[in-house]
Amino acid sequence: MSKASYLKRYWQLYALLSLPLIYFFIFRYGPMYGVQIAFKDFNLFQGIGGSEWIGFDAFREVFNMREFYTALRNTFMLNFLDLLVSFPAPIILAIMLYEIKGVWFKKISQTILYIPHFISWVIIGGIVYQLFGNQSGMVNGVLESLGLNPIPFLTENNPWLVTYLFTGVWQSAGWGTILYLAALTGVNRELFEAAEVDGATRMKKIWYITLPSIKPTIVTLLILNLGKMVSIGFDRPYIIGNTAVREYSDVLSTFVYRVGLESGQYTLATVVGLFQAVVGLVFILGSNYISKKMTGNGII
Amino acid sequence: MSERTSNRIFDIVNITFVALFVLFCLAPFLHVIAVSLSSNRAITSGEVTIFPIEVNWDSYVQVFSDSAMIRSLGYTIYLTVATTLLSLLFTIAAAYPLTKGYLKGRKTFMVIIIITMFFSGGIIPEYLLMRDLSLLDSSWALILPGLVSPFNLIILISFFNNIPPSLEESAEIDGSSFLRTLTGIVLPLSMPVLATLALFYAVGRWNGFQDALMYINNPDLYPLQLKLFQMVQNNMVSELTQMEGANRTPLTPESLKAATVVFATVPILLVYPWLQKYFVSGVMLGAVKG
Repeated sequence: MSKASYLKRYWQLYALLSLPLIYFFIFRYGPMYGVQIAFKDFNLFQGIGGSEWIGFDAFREVFNMREFYTALRNTFMLNFLDLLVSFPAPIILAIMLYEIKGVWFKKISQTILYIPHFISWVIIGGIVYQLFGNQSGMVNGVLESLGLNPIPFLTENNPWLVTYLFTGVWQSAGWGTILYLAALTGVNRELFEAAEVDGATRMKKIWYITLPSIKPTIVTLLILNLGKMVSIGFDRPYIIGNTAVREYSDVLSTFVYRVGLESGQYTLATVVGLFQAVVGLVFILGSNYISKKMTGNGII
Repeated sequence: MSERTSNRIFDIVNITFVALFVLFCLAPFLHVIAVSLSSNRAITSGEVTIFPIEVNWDSYVQVFSDSAMIRSLGYTIYLTVATTLLSLLFTIAAAYPLTKGYLKGRKTFMVIIIITMFFSGGIIPEYLLMRDLSLLDSSWALILPGLVSPFNLIILISFFNNIPPSLEESAEIDGSSFLRTLTGIVLPLSMPVLATLALFYAVGRWNGFQDALMYINNPDLYPLQLKLFQMVQNNMVSELTQMEGANRTPLTPESLKAATVVFATVPILLVYPWLQKYFVSGVMLGAVKG
């Protein structure tokens, strides 16, 4: 088919595609062009093109900042602790839901368990404050009425860490069950019947049949989660965090916001952003590669 | 112990644990609702847990008579509807051609899109782009940057791929143009997945906070989340300063803040149960697969 007749036949498809492609070039690739200011002495008035090249000077400056290492450490620490606490929760919950025979109870439970996933961190922040505030929080009110000392959930490093992790479990555990429950629908029911004939208890069936059948999903999700160790969302640490616990709550994403947009040090903040993007890319591609090698599952 | 009794004990323990977890998910909401309906006296004396005490609707009356709050709500609804419609339009426009295996350049387009899932310019270049395009302090700064989510796009592509090709082929043999096949056959068959994506886009916009914090400085253009954040943050700050012995920021009464939290949550809780059966399968479509 000649070029002209090919286009004549398929022009509608290309016309459709052109809309999103324009979007991707402007709003996704446009910022990638702007990454060069990490290597420039960026000046707002001269713009990206007009500012002078400074090579890796800004990188040297960033790698000499103590705060950068604190943010880097916190990013790893919060992600790692989150993985430790929030990763097993949906697995256990999914198995418990799977064992429930009553249809209506299961359905209502699932509906409620998914809700926190749809609540914004701003609202969760509001709820957390109402529950864990030092003066007016409900939990401290209850502790006090029991004659116990109040706990500074939001204003001291270690209690804050617990609050942060707790909100993570609350927000994501129910939603996380979806994938495991999907994996469980594929389990061969005959295995259970055979185990029953052999006299296996419920716990034994869970241990030897249910758990192994979702093992591939568990391993894949675990590896892929490890790949996200340097990428951390902005909203949760920024909203749950505050100046009193900055030693723990300042992570790469909030550091970039603070240095870049609050103090106007665009070059330094771009360097940190670029560092995070590159290291994050290496991590995610690496974990994807490992996941494909080990389980045959990946995201690309 | 007989097998039947041990089975029954297992069921009871299991159901109890699930019920406790459900309560754990629900309790914070119940507490906030209780606070929003209770008197300030009961709240400050710490009597309110999950049941309202000395019930009154004053804080809701105050929220609904606050014209800035109502305007912010209206603005957020407009933003959410506009974003959702435009996002769906652009996602469909990308997904449909990309399911045509014979389309030249298809692989290149896919790569261009997928790269953006793993690498981005970061918030400073994004902010400067918005500034250079003169979009700061406009609703477009909140609509355009996240217009197409590659993740949602992949969900839609896999859904389109599962529609039997014979349906489209027979329409094409009858002389239907691609656009007509898309609007007449493909889209009507895709309503469940489109509802899912609409929910994801709408919730994302409704809950969106960081972009508003970065791009919007004019308080008249604050979406609900940013307004709410300021109320919450005010309290956080005063809590900290009180510890240091100086209280500079005026406190928003607890019940008023709780009422605002409820006010910003209810719209999501209203739509979501109706869409639940769709999004569960939607998530699985886009999930990890070989």
